[in-house]
Amino acid sequence: MTEQITKRQVTVPVMADLAARGEQPEILFWVGCAGAFDDRYKRVTRAFVRILEHVGIKYAVLGMEETCTGDPAKRAGNEFLFQMQAMQNITTLDGYQIKKIVTACPHCFNTIKNEYPALGGNYEVIHHSTFLQQLINEGKVGVAGGGEFKGRRITFHDSCYLGRANNIYEAPRDVLATLDADLVEMKRSRANGLCCGAGGAQMWKEAEPGNKEVNIERTEEALFTLDGNAPALAQTRGVEDGNAGATPSPRANAQGAIIAVSCPFCMTMMSDGVKNKERESDVQVFDLAELIASAEGLNA
Amino acid sequence: MTIENIIFLLIAIAGFGLFAWQARKIRANILVGRDRDMSGNIGERLQKTLLVAFGQQKMFKRITPALLHLVVYVGFLVINVEVIEIVIDGVFGTHRVLQFLGPVYDVLMATNEILGALVILAVIAFWWRRNVKKVRRFSGPEMRAWPRIDADMILYIEVVLMVALFVMNTSDLKWHRLQNLEMPGAFPISSLLLGIFPSDLNLLHFLERAGWWAHIVGILIFLNYLPSSKHFHIILAFPNVYYSRLVPQGQFSNVDSITHEVKAMMDPSYEVPAPPVGPDGSALAPTSFGAKDVEDLAWTNLLNAYSCTECGRCTASCPANITGKLLSPRKIIMDTRDRMEEKYNSPLIFQPNIYGDESKGTERVKVEADQHTLLRGKVTPEELWACTTCNACVESCPVNINPLETIIELRRFLVLEESAAPASLNTMFSNIENNGAPWAFSPSDRFNWADELYVAEKEAVNA
Repeated sequence: MTEQITKRQVTVPVMADLAARGEQPEILFWVGCAGAFDDRYKRVTRAFVRILEHVGIKYAVLGMEETCTGDPAKRAGNEFLFQMQAMQNITTLDGYQIKKIVTACPHCFNTIKNEYPALGGNYEVIHHSTFLQQLINEGKVGVAGGGEFKGRRITFHDSCYLGRANNIYEAPRDVLATLDADLVEMKRSRANGLCCGAGGAQMWKEAEPGNKEVNIERTEEALFTLDGNAPALAQTRGVEDGNAGATPSPRANAQGAIIAVSCPFCMTMMSDGVKNKERESDVQVFDLAELIASAEGLNA
Repeated sequence: MTIENIIFLLIAIAGFGLFAWQARKIRANILVGRDRDMSGNIGERLQKTLLVAFGQQKMFKRITPALLHLVVYVGFLVINVEVIEIVIDGVFGTHRVLQFLGPVYDVLMATNEILGALVILAVIAFWWRRNVKKVRRFSGPEMRAWPRIDADMILYIEVVLMVALFVMNTSDLKWHRLQNLEMPGAFPISSLLLGIFPSDLNLLHFLERAGWWAHIVGILIFLNYLPSSKHFHIILAFPNVYYSRLVPQGQFSNVDSITHEVKAMMDPSYEVPAPPVGPDGSALAPTSFGAKDVEDLAWTNLLNAYSCTECGRCTASCPANITGKLLSPRKIIMDTRDRMEEKYNSPLIFQPNIYGDESKGTERVKVEADQHTLLRGKVTPEELWACTTCNACVESCPVNINPLETIIELRRFLVLEESAAPASLNTMFSNIENNGAPWAFSPSDRFNWADELYVAEKEAVNA
């Protein structure tokens, strides 16, 4: 017996088709606008679908029926527009009697989970980091060990809307731990994590006058961490007396070092930061789903 | 009752009475805020109050100041037991009335002395951090004349109170020792100071009385200084933590009046509830969307403002502030407090208007008198739009103040009442309305990501 790798085309199941056949999915995959339109994040969406296909769970997407959750409108103060979007989505989701939603966007996750109930939308919502953690715990992915990432240096950037907003800090780290990589923590991590700069609708506007872009501040910290640049890390602001954590050992020319993210906006901001610092040659930004899909050899 | 007892009684009544009068003013300020039901969940709230307020849980994110603060905090709690004795002694002319506690009194006095000495050391360390080391978070444009004076003043008063305590104890102890009399209590620190005190019995008695009076009058003065000071947090931190939100930090409040409008738009048969009526039965004027001034904020937001001790942890962790933007969460909270006192009641000493523009720092934006509200008059749109809603400020506050709620309420007013969002955000709004996405993509392309998608599969085959 040998193993042969074959390439199978995926037809992503759409909720309307399932409903027409009188079927219910186990989970609804909420793609989100970035996952549907942003070229970089589309790759995350596709990686996550590959994982769903690989584990054989019965899932569906809303396809053309999905619209913005209203998160950026609400954070920007436009409560009216937010509620219009929310009610429209709740009508769609309830029409299909959706019970469980998985999404790769912490903003969609937070909004549907925490803010839709006040408007009548009650669902079990989980972020893909938690979902991947569950798959790993069940032994459905990641059991082979991540040979591809073995020993590579990875630092995880906490998304505000996953971390502080919803207290999910360990799930993404547990997922990364299966890669057998050299995981290092930034000085500002978990509850003390620094925002990438895109939340609160900042993604769609120019920053106010200042002396630096937030994503540059954060990318520098990530790069100093990956490089183990202790003198630079000692200058990190917003860290004081005892909560700094360990400084990673120096690692010059950390070939193939990775900044891991779990949010489409963090992805954009950190990628732009790496580009700005001209470190694209040795540092890449990946989402958790991409790392797992890649480690599992699901890309085709 | 001697004349001394009567004078003491009058001073104590005046001190506590004046404090009650000041506290009522601040209570009235807080109650100008909008109603918000924070009742229920008593068990969960008490548990949080025990952990965060009594237990100082969030202080321990930063070890050094946490330990220093713990000394002063425990000193404050324990030494207040001695204040009970002082008040009883003062009213009834007794001397060290709690001495009947015997060994317990020994332990109490010894603990007080050791804590008193530690408090002096901690206060010196605080002063050094503020004035010599100049810890960055203690500065900033909002740290104008009064906040800086106030911060040092608190430290000086605390040293004076502790010194008075030691003068009282040491002279009392020496007075007893010189006459071979038994002195109730144990005084490990005062025993070390006996040598530097005079040996004249009358002078010792005078010093004991002077220390006693200085300590209790000092406490009464300090009590009445509190409402004008950031130090008011020693009282309001507890209710502030108790009434802080229990929901996830990412959950922003729902605007119910908008929910009724949206439901009525989507379903013409939906009946919007009748507007609330005032005490005379007439309909009340509808409230604005969001907040323009302090009375548009919830009372919990206003309680936040009075619980702030201006430590700057929020501002130090704010990504916008770290990268040089105008936004400082601490300023939003301090502005809210100053605006309440400007528009409504002021405590005894601090009145925002008695400091001229210059000592308050230069405002970046000058506004007309009729625009002088919390929004624009104190907090500029530039500050508000710099917020990434990342919750770092909320997370870092040791007493659970939530600057983000206030920021969002002010943003809501800008957007919903004034249509004054930055142009790029208006573009984002219309993209959501027209395309169902914040970007200008065609909705018909929404499912294109699924085209040409392949997955690799391993198959076992027989060779």
